[in-house]
Amino acid sequence: RPGNRVNMATSEELAFQNAKAYLLKNSTISGINMYDHLSQIINRVLDERPDNAVDVVGDLSRDLKRTAFTKESETIQETESPSGAVALAQAQAKLFEVTTEPEEAEADEDLQPIVPNVAETAFYFEQTGVGLSREETFRIFLALKQLSKDQPMETVRFWGKLFGTLGNYIVAEVEFKDGEGEDEQMEGEEGDADPELPQRDTSEDQEDEEEKADEPPKSQYKPPPVIPREESRMGTNKKIYFVTTEPGIPWVRLPPVTPAQIAMARKTKKFLTGRLDAPIVSNPPFPGNESNYLRAQIQRISAATHVSPINYYQFEEDEEEEEEEARDSFVVNTEYEGMSYKELADPSLSGWVHHVQYILPQGRCVWYNPVQKAEEEFEDEEEEEEREEPDEPEPEKGPPLLTPLSEDTQLEGQPPWSTTLSTSFATSYTIVGIHSNQWPGAHAFAIDRKFENVYVGWGLKYQPGCFQPALPNQGEKEHPVGEDITETDDPTPEEEAALRAAQEGADQEEEEEEEEEEDDD
Amino acid sequence: MDADGLHLSLDYLGSSGVILSTEQKASLQNSLLLLKNREKFASVELWGKITGIQGEYFIAQGIGNDKLSDRKCHYSTDCRKWAQLPKLDDSARARALKVEGRFMGDASYEAEYIEPPVNSSDPHATGQTVVVREEDRLTAVVDAISHDVAVAPRGAYIKNPQEVVLRNRSFRGLSIAEASNLNSYFHFRPAEELDKKSLIQKANLDKAIDFLDCIEDDIPHGQLHVMLIAMTIITTTSLRYLWLLQL
Repeated sequence: RPGNRVNMATSEELAFQNAKAYLLKNSTISGINMYDHLSQIINRVLDERPDNAVDVVGDLSRDLKRTAFTKESETIQETESPSGAVALAQAQAKLFEVTTEPEEAEADEDLQPIVPNVAETAFYFEQTGVGLSREETFRIFLALKQLSKDQPMETVRFWGKLFGTLGNYIVAEVEFKDGEGEDEQMEGEEGDADPELPQRDTSEDQEDEEEKADEPPKSQYKPPPVIPREESRMGTNKKIYFVTTEPGIPWVRLPPVTPAQIAMARKTKKFLTGRLDAPIVSNPPFPGNESNYLRAQIQRISAATHVSPINYYQFEEDEEEEEEEARDSFVVNTEYEGMSYKELADPSLSGWVHHVQYILPQGRCVWYNPVQKAEEEFEDEEEEEEREEPDEPEPEKGPPLLTPLSEDTQLEGQPPWSTTLSTSFATSYTIVGIHSNQWPGAHAFAIDRKFENVYVGWGLKYQPGCFQPALPNQGEKEHPVGEDITETDDPTPEEEAALRAAQEGADQEEEEEEEEEEDDD
Repeated sequence: MDADGLHLSLDYLGSSGVILSTEQKASLQNSLLLLKNREKFASVELWGKITGIQGEYFIAQGIGNDKLSDRKCHYSTDCRKWAQLPKLDDSARARALKVEGRFMGDASYEAEYIEPPVNSSDPHATGQTVVVREEDRLTAVVDAISHDVAVAPRGAYIKNPQEVVLRNRSFRGLSIAEASNLNSYFHFRPAEELDKKSLIQKANLDKAIDFLDCIEDDIPHGQLHVMLIAMTIITTTSLRYLWLLQL
């Protein structure tokens, strides 16, 4: 039928036009197109009439392409935006610059180096199966060196690496020289808001006594007193920590840790994200953001897992032993001889001691009595007599410094530390490594007179079973339930009718009595 | 990772804290080659290691022709002697996965747990004690980890018309942009979610390459994270198991 034939023709035509359009497309690389090139080849063949044309067609094609005119330069320049890898490499290139003059370098050699031999420590750890790749360790060493030049510090140490979901943290532990390193901004920071001072309430009461009856009842809630953080260089704030995401990126100083932050960090379990300003969402609410949480976890890990072989550190002998005060400082034992691998690898772990102070449940290393200060603050309050005095809380005690690891608590029958030997083939050269089971990722090694601690992990404590966050608190009662404010049900219509009937009955009786009295008169 | 290039591949994982001591690397180079020869595998891959309290387990997988399903797991505690992991049926696997706590490090250790009583009217009834050998638990855990976390980039494996999964020799790697995208990674396990896709979605898939589940379809999201380490190396970490890295 004519209709069909027209359709077929159009579809064939369409296919032909599509094919021709495709052949006419210019190549992006060389600027020629297939249609023109093929027509040139056919023209050449028809002009020159070579023998066995089909066998030399490839050469003809190459020849034509070679002799075609091509533009040498492009007018549009390609600007490549530097990739992240290049930017990081440029930042790290600065680390590799040698900046000391030769004369300065000679003078420096006499002074004891501030940055320890990170490469040597990394080698020992690598033999026990712990650590980071060698190249990364070297970059970390250079970054620590840069840090020690920027800030006046006494010692610096590679504390470890913490992993996060979007980025990692490399942590350096620093002890500043006396008198240096006090960051005034840090000192002024407060943790949670102070409890509302009651002085404001007393002035209001004096002025508006008339309105007192109409005002809604004031909240009786007194928040628990804020426990102040320990001073720098003491207890939980003994060392300062700097973090960076990659060696080469400038170090950021972490704020000092408060007892509230440690107490909250103990109750929650969070992954780090790699951004210091990320919020920490938890119940009970965490006072601070990721930098505070990171600092609290670093302190907890240090307190739980920084260990040294027994007798490496000793208490100073000239201090009198006071039973009440815990000792908080020690010195290196110059006569330390090193221990045999058998003593160090003994499963009872009596050859190792903790050298960081234990953190009490309160969140500090030295117990703070919150009641004394509370009495001073609330001196002016009128209602002091009504307030019940809390009982004197008992001072919290923890194990003293330099306690051997054999005193560590076991978790559900599993030992708190595992030991490994670096090699079973040569017992005289073997390095003893111990790994914490409480904080997976905390490791220490010892050989001869050397030892070191490191943490490579996620910053999470071992917890058998699933973590369950605390449930939200019960809502507070709106008002005290007493005689004048009691909830009762409204009377039902039947009860109301019965009451009304009884009332009318009583009224009627009274009227009748009055009428009777009138009648009597 | 393939036993042939073990040294080099391990270097890349160093920044995530995964390293082996020199003695272990030397032993593995030697014993994996012998294992491959003895069991007539086409290739041997080091799956990883599981750290117990008293020792470690190294797991290696011997691979035959089909790279996805033709895998046999072997384990060793000292990188020298390898033993094959037992096969478990479903009920044994379910029991093995219920044991809590860390591995001991000793393959013959028997862990116990108490099965809660079912349909018991007695409130004081204690359930039965179930004993699970550590070897069985190891098999179950290795399979569970592989099932959840084993990952392959898109295009690394292809399925030939005979339905055999092979390594794609033309795979040149992912570009940085593709590599940061979760869409470019698949779960390396027999596909479970593919059939649930609509026909329209399936029409766009290439049968040779897209025969595995995509990571992005995981529920809940955010289980696997892609991180650029030093802007050049991509690691994907599973938050559920805290470890499984892929170059």
